Amino acid sequence: MITELLDSVENKSLKQKLPVFETGDTVDVYCRIKEGDKVRTQIFNGTVIARGGRGINATFTVRRVAGDEGVERIFPLHSPNVLDVRAIRSGKTRRAKLFFLRDRTGKAVKLSQRHSSHTVAR
Amino acid sequence: MAMLLGKKIGMTQVYDSDGKLLPVTVVQAGPCKVLQVKTNETDGYTAIQMGFSDVKKSRVKKPAEGHAKKAEATSKRFIREWRLAEGAEAPFGLGEDITVSAFSEITYVDVSGTSKGKGFAGVMKRHGFGGFPASHGCKRKHRAPGSISSHASDLGHGGNLKKGKRMGGHMGDVRVTTKNHQLIGIDEERNILVIKGAVAGAAGGYVEIRQSKTKQ
Repeated sequence: MITELLDSVENKSLKQKLPVFETGDTVDVYCRIKEGDKVRTQIFNGTVIARGGRGINATFTVRRVAGDEGVERIFPLHSPNVLDVRAIRSGKTRRAKLFFLRDRTGKAVKLSQRHSSHTVAR
Repeated sequence: MAMLLGKKIGMTQVYDSDGKLLPVTVVQAGPCKVLQVKTNETDGYTAIQMGFSDVKKSRVKKPAEGHAKKAEATSKRFIREWRLAEGAEAPFGLGEDITVSAFSEITYVDVSGTSKGKGFAGVMKRHGFGGFPASHGCKRKHRAPGSISSHASDLGHGGNLKKGKRMGGHMGDVRVTTKNHQLIGIDEERNILVIKGAVAGAAGGYVEIRQSKTKQ
C-alpha cells in the first residue's frame, strides 16, 4: 500500500517510453540546455560504461575521450533534460560496468563491435 | 484557509517542468470527518474539530463512540482542531468530509508532525556543542559539555546552575512545525498531497497540514 502510493507519485515523473541501449553502446545523448531564456539541444557522444539506479533514480554514465582528457557524464535517465538517447554502435562486453576503460588510452578504448538490432544509424 | 489531517507515507523525488529534481514528501491526507463545530456561544471560541483514520472496532471507547456518533461517524484515532477567526462562519458543517480538494487552490502549506525520538542525547547531538579533540592528550571527555558554570558566578543564589543551561537529555518526539512547503501536487482519487521538502516524523506518522500563514 505504502509503496503503491509512493509509486503513484513517482510514476508521473517517469518517462513512458525509454530509449533502448546497453552498456558498451556508443550513444548520442540529446540534452536540453537552457542559456538564459534560450533553449537548445546539445549532443553528447560517448560510450555507456555503466547503468545504475532504479525507478526515478535510474542513471547512466557516458564516457568519451575529448582531446587527451577522458570526460564522463552521469545522466539521470528520466530527466526531462535528457531528450533522447540513440545507440549508434554496440560494443562487445562481458560485464555490466566498464570502468576498466578508464585505464585505457588510444585505440584500446574502442570496444570491438557487436551487431545488435537496437542500434540506429545517425 | 484550509486544514487537513494526514499520514506521512514517505519521501521520493519528482521532476518539475524545468527538469529540476525536487525532493517531496507524500502525505495521505483526509478525508477528514468534521466531528464537532465549536462556536463562540457554546465553547468560547470558534473551531472545527476533525478526525482522521478509524480506530479498530474492538478498541473503540464508549465516550469516543458517542462523540463520533453525533457526527454520524466512527470514532477516529487522530483528532485535531482547526481554529477559526472569532465569530467566523465554519466552512464545513458537522459530519461533513474534508478532502484534499480543499487544497486545490493553495500553493504553500505549513506542516506539523511529531519528530522522531532520539532518546537521551548528549550535548553534541542535542545542542550542536563542539566537544573536545579526539587526540592531543584529550582524555575521557571527547563528547563532554565542558564546564557548566562556576560556583562563584552564582554565589548567594544557592550555588545552582543557570536555568536553561543546555545539557544532555531527551531529544526528539516533540511537535515540530515546518513552514512554507510548496504544494507540488494533489491526487484527489488517492487522497494524496505531494509536499516539497521534508516533514517532521517517521513514515506512518500523523501530520497536520495547514495553508501557509505567511506565504500565499
